[in-house]
Amino acid sequence: MTDKQILEWKNRFAVAGAWLVAILFFFPIFWMVLTSFKTELQAIAIPPLLVFEPTLDNYTLIQERTDYTQYAWSSVVTSLGGTALAMLIAIPSAYAMAFSPTRRTKDILLWMLSTKMLPAVGVLLPIYLLSQKLGLLDTKIVLVVIYALINLPIIMMILFNYFREIPKEILEASRMDGTSTWNEITQIVMPLAWGGIASTALLSVVLCWNEAFWAINLTSSEAGTLAALVASFSSPEGLFWSKLSAVATLACAPIVVFGWLCQKQLVQGLTFGAVK
Amino acid sequence: MNRTLVRLLQAPSIIVLLMWMIVPLSMTIYFSLIRYNLLYPERTGFVGLSNYEFFVTDAAFPPAVLNTLVLVGSVLCISVVLGLAIAILIDRPFRGRGIVRVMLISPFFIMPTVNALVWKNMMMNPIYGLFAVIAHAVGAEPIDWLTVYPLLSVIIIVSWQWTPFAILIFMTSLQSQDQEQKEAATLDGAGFWAQFWNLTLPHLARPIAIVLMIQMIFHLSIFAEIFVTTSGGPGTASTNIAYLIYAQALLQFDVGVASAGGVFAVILANIVAIFLIRAVGKNLMV
Amino acid sequence: MKYLRTTAMGMILSLSAISFTVADEITIATVNNGHMIEMQKLTPKFEEANPGITVKWVTLDEGTLRSRVTTDITTKGGQFDVMTIGMYEAPIWGSRGWLEALEFGAEYDVDDILPAMRGGLSHDGNLYAAPFYGESSMIMYRKDLLDAAGMTMPDNPSWGHVKDAAAAMTDRDAGQYGICLRGKPGWGDNMAFLTTMANSFGGKWFNEDWTPDLDSPAWNHAVNFYVDMLTAYGPPGSAGNSFNEILALTNEGKCGMWIDATIAASFVTNPSQSKVADKMAFAQSPQAVTTRGANWLWAWALAVPSGTQKKADAMKFMEWATSKEYIELVAETNGWAAVPTGTRQSTYDNPKFKEAATFDEAELKAILSADPSNSTQDKTPYIGVQFAAIPEFQAIGTAVGQQMTAALAGDISVEEALENAQAAADREMRKAGYY
Repeated sequence: MTDKQILEWKNRFAVAGAWLVAILFFFPIFWMVLTSFKTELQAIAIPPLLVFEPTLDNYTLIQERTDYTQYAWSSVVTSLGGTALAMLIAIPSAYAMAFSPTRRTKDILLWMLSTKMLPAVGVLLPIYLLSQKLGLLDTKIVLVVIYALINLPIIMMILFNYFREIPKEILEASRMDGTSTWNEITQIVMPLAWGGIASTALLSVVLCWNEAFWAINLTSSEAGTLAALVASFSSPEGLFWSKLSAVATLACAPIVVFGWLCQKQLVQGLTFGAVK
Repeated sequence: MNRTLVRLLQAPSIIVLLMWMIVPLSMTIYFSLIRYNLLYPERTGFVGLSNYEFFVTDAAFPPAVLNTLVLVGSVLCISVVLGLAIAILIDRPFRGRGIVRVMLISPFFIMPTVNALVWKNMMMNPIYGLFAVIAHAVGAEPIDWLTVYPLLSVIIIVSWQWTPFAILIFMTSLQSQDQEQKEAATLDGAGFWAQFWNLTLPHLARPIAIVLMIQMIFHLSIFAEIFVTTSGGPGTASTNIAYLIYAQALLQFDVGVASAGGVFAVILANIVAIFLIRAVGKNLMV
Repeated sequence: MKYLRTTAMGMILSLSAISFTVADEITIATVNNGHMIEMQKLTPKFEEANPGITVKWVTLDEGTLRSRVTTDITTKGGQFDVMTIGMYEAPIWGSRGWLEALEFGAEYDVDDILPAMRGGLSHDGNLYAAPFYGESSMIMYRKDLLDAAGMTMPDNPSWGHVKDAAAAMTDRDAGQYGICLRGKPGWGDNMAFLTTMANSFGGKWFNEDWTPDLDSPAWNHAVNFYVDMLTAYGPPGSAGNSFNEILALTNEGKCGMWIDATIAASFVTNPSQSKVADKMAFAQSPQAVTTRGANWLWAWALAVPSGTQKKADAMKFMEWATSKEYIELVAETNGWAAVPTGTRQSTYDNPKFKEAATFDEAELKAILSADPSNSTQDKTPYIGVQFAAIPEFQAIGTAVGQQMTAALAGDISVEEALENAQAAADREMRKAGYY
C-alpha cells in the first residue's frame, strides 16, 4: 500500500469511528423516541421490542390533558428572553475583558463563576420569598431574570474564550487604520466571533430550556415551562414510560431542531487561518 | 479603548452579578445562623454555628464530600478526554458531518431528569434494560448497575450528558486552528501525536480550562440525576453534598441547616476551584 | 352631550358586564396519578355546574408536589387554592392551623366516609382534608403459579407461609421471581412497606418517650427476614424498585407475589396493561406476631389552605370531587371498575361496583383493618401506620430507608444498617427537641 492509500484507509476508519460514536451517543434518545410510539405494555416488554405497531395514542393523550403550546411558549419566552438579556450584558463585558485585559480580569471572571457555586436547592427559600414579596411568583419575568443571572457567568467565560481567539494582529491593523471602537466591534470582531457567539447563545438557550428546578418551584399554572410539563408526567402510581417518553420527546424536539438549524452557524466564522 | 470605556462595558455584568451574589448569599448566610424550620414557624432565634455543626456531623457527610469530589473528578476527566478525542475525530470534513455533529451534541439537549429516567429504566435496569438484554445475548449475567455500581452509574449518566458540551466547545475552537500551520507540520513529517501535543493541545488550552471550570460548577451541585436514579443510595454510596442539602431543605424543611449546607457548598466549590486554577488556570490568560 | 352620556353609560355597562363574566380562577395542585387525571378530565362538568369558576391545574410528581405545597403553605405563597395532600400532612398541617377545617352539609354525608380515613385526616376531631381516594396494602399473587406449585394462599397468611410460597414460585432461569417488594429508599417508598412489615413483627418507630426503637429485636427480625427473602426469591435490581418498577414487572408476569398498595389491583387486573390480568388473586398482608399495622393506610385528599382568597370556590370544588355524585359520574363515564375507591362505604355497598371489581372485598377488608391511631403492638406516641405523623418523619424515614437499601444491596449487614438508622433517627429527634 502506498502512503496515500494508507492515509485514505485511515480517513475511512476515522469516519466510521465518528459515525459509530455518534450512533452510540444518540442511541438513548432514539430509544426514547421509539418508546414514545409504544403502548405502556409494549414499553415494558421483555426483551425490549424493536419492531412493533406504532401508536400515536401517547401524543394525543398529552394534547388532551394539557396545553402543550402554553408550556412551549413559556419555554421559548424564558429561554430566549433569559439568553438575550444575558448576552446583552455579557457581550460588551467579555469584549472589554478580552481585548483590554487587566491584572484583575482573571480574578473577576473566576469570581463571576463563583456566583454559580451556591446550589440552587440551598437558595430556594431566599429566592422564593423575594419573588413572592415582589409579586413575581408564577410569572415569566422571574424566570427570565433568574435564567439570565445564572447563565451570565458561563456566557462570560465562553465569550471571553472566543474573543481571545481572535488574533490581536487583526485588531491592531485596523486600529492603525483609525477604525472607531464601534466599527471595530460591529465590522471586525462580530463577524469573526459570530460562530462563538452563536454557540454560546445556543448553549445558554439549551441550559435555560432544560432548567427544571426554578421552573418547577417558582411557577404554578401560568408560567410553567416544558420542564414543568415533563415533571407532571412522571407518576408514582401507574405505568408512565411511554407517556413520559412522548412528553419528553415533545419537550426536547424544539430545542433539538433549533440546534440542528444552528449547527452550521456554530462552526462558521472562526476561520482565522486565511485572514492572517 | 480607553480605561473608562472598558470599565463602562464591564460594569453591567459586574453589578448585576454582585447583586445576585449579595442578595441571596447574604440571606443564606443569615438563615444559616438562625433557627428557621418552615414546619416550626414559632421556633426562632440566633443559634450561632450550630446549624453548621449539625450539617457536618451527619454520618452521611464524609461520604457525601468524597462522592462529590469523585463525581466531579471522574466526569471532568471523562468528558474532557472523550470530548477532545471526538472533536478531533470530526474536525476533518466528511460526508454527513453535519448529522454526526448534531447526533453527538444532542444528549446535551435532553433534560437531566429525562436523561436519568431513560438510563435508569431503559438502559441500566437489570431485567428489561438494554444492557441486560445485551448481557443475556452474549451469555453473561446482567449487572444490576444502580445497586452494585451506583456512583459509577451516575458518572456514566452525567458524562453522557456533558461530554457533548465539551465536544461543542472544542469543535468550535478547533475551527480557529491555523490550518496552514498544520499542513506545514504535516509536510515536515510531524505525526499525529506530535501535531496533537505541539499544535492542537496548546491551541485548545484555554477552551479546556474553561470547560473544566464550567463543568466543575455544574457537577458540584448535581442533583436531578441522583434523585431520579439512586436517591443517593444504597446507603450513602451515591449521596453528594447537593443531595444532603436537598434532604434538609425539602424533606426536613430546615432552612437553617440547608442554608448552612449551601454555604459549605460554596466553600467547597472555592477550594476545588483553587486547585483547578493551580492546575489549569494559567491557561485562562494568554 | 346626550351622545356622550350614552357612551359613558355603555362603557360602564360593558365594564360591569366584563367584571360579571370574568370567572374566578382556582388553582389546584395535584399528583399525576390515574384518578387525578380522570378528575382533570371531568372538571369541565364542574365548571358547567358552577358558572363563574374556572379551574387551573398544576400536576407534579409526588415528591415535587410535596415540597412545592409545603413551601407554599408555610411561606403563605398563596399559589394554590386547593392542595392534594396525603394522610401524613393532613393532621400535622391541621394542627398548625394551615388548613381550613372542613364542615359539610347533610347532603355530602360525611359519615359515609370510612372511619379510618376520617380519623387519619383529622386532628382534634376536626376534619382537615377530604379523601379523594384511599388505599391500604395487600398481597397480590399469581394464582396459576401458586396452583402449579401445589400451594394455596390463606386469606391471612403468615410471613413464613409467604416465604415458602415465594420459594416455590421462583424459577430464576425462567426469569420468574417468587416475590417482588419495594427496595428503593424513601419514606414513602421502601419504608412504607418495611414499616408495615416491622409492625407485624411487633416493631415500632418510637417508644413512648419518643426515642427511636429501630435497634429492637422486632426490627432486626423483620429486616433480616425481608433481606433474606428478597435476596433469595426477589428479582435483581430490587434495591431500585418502588411501586412503578414492580408494577411493570408484575404486569410483565415476572412476579409471583407482590405486596403493595391496593390501588395496584386495578392496574394488574387491567388487560390493556397487564399480561396476567386474569391470573391475579388477592389476600391480606402477611402477619408475624400481630396483624396490627400489618397493612398500611393512605389517602390522597383535597385540602384548602387557610387564608386563600377563594375559599368558597375552593370548598365547592373539593366537595364536588369527593362527593358520592362524583363517584357516580366516574362510573357513568368509565365504568364502575374505574371509580376512586377506599373513601366511602357507599361505594363498597354498591352492587354494580361489587360486580365490576374483583378486588373490592380484599381492598375494603384491608382498609377497614388499618387503624392509624393503633397500629403497633406496643403503645406509641405517634399516629400513622406506615409513618409517624410528625414533621421530622420525612427526613428520618428517608435516611433509614437508605440504610435498609444498603442492607438489601449487601453493602452492609442488617445489624449495621439498623444501628446506623437508629443513630440517624436519634440525631434528628434530639435536634428537633423531643428529648
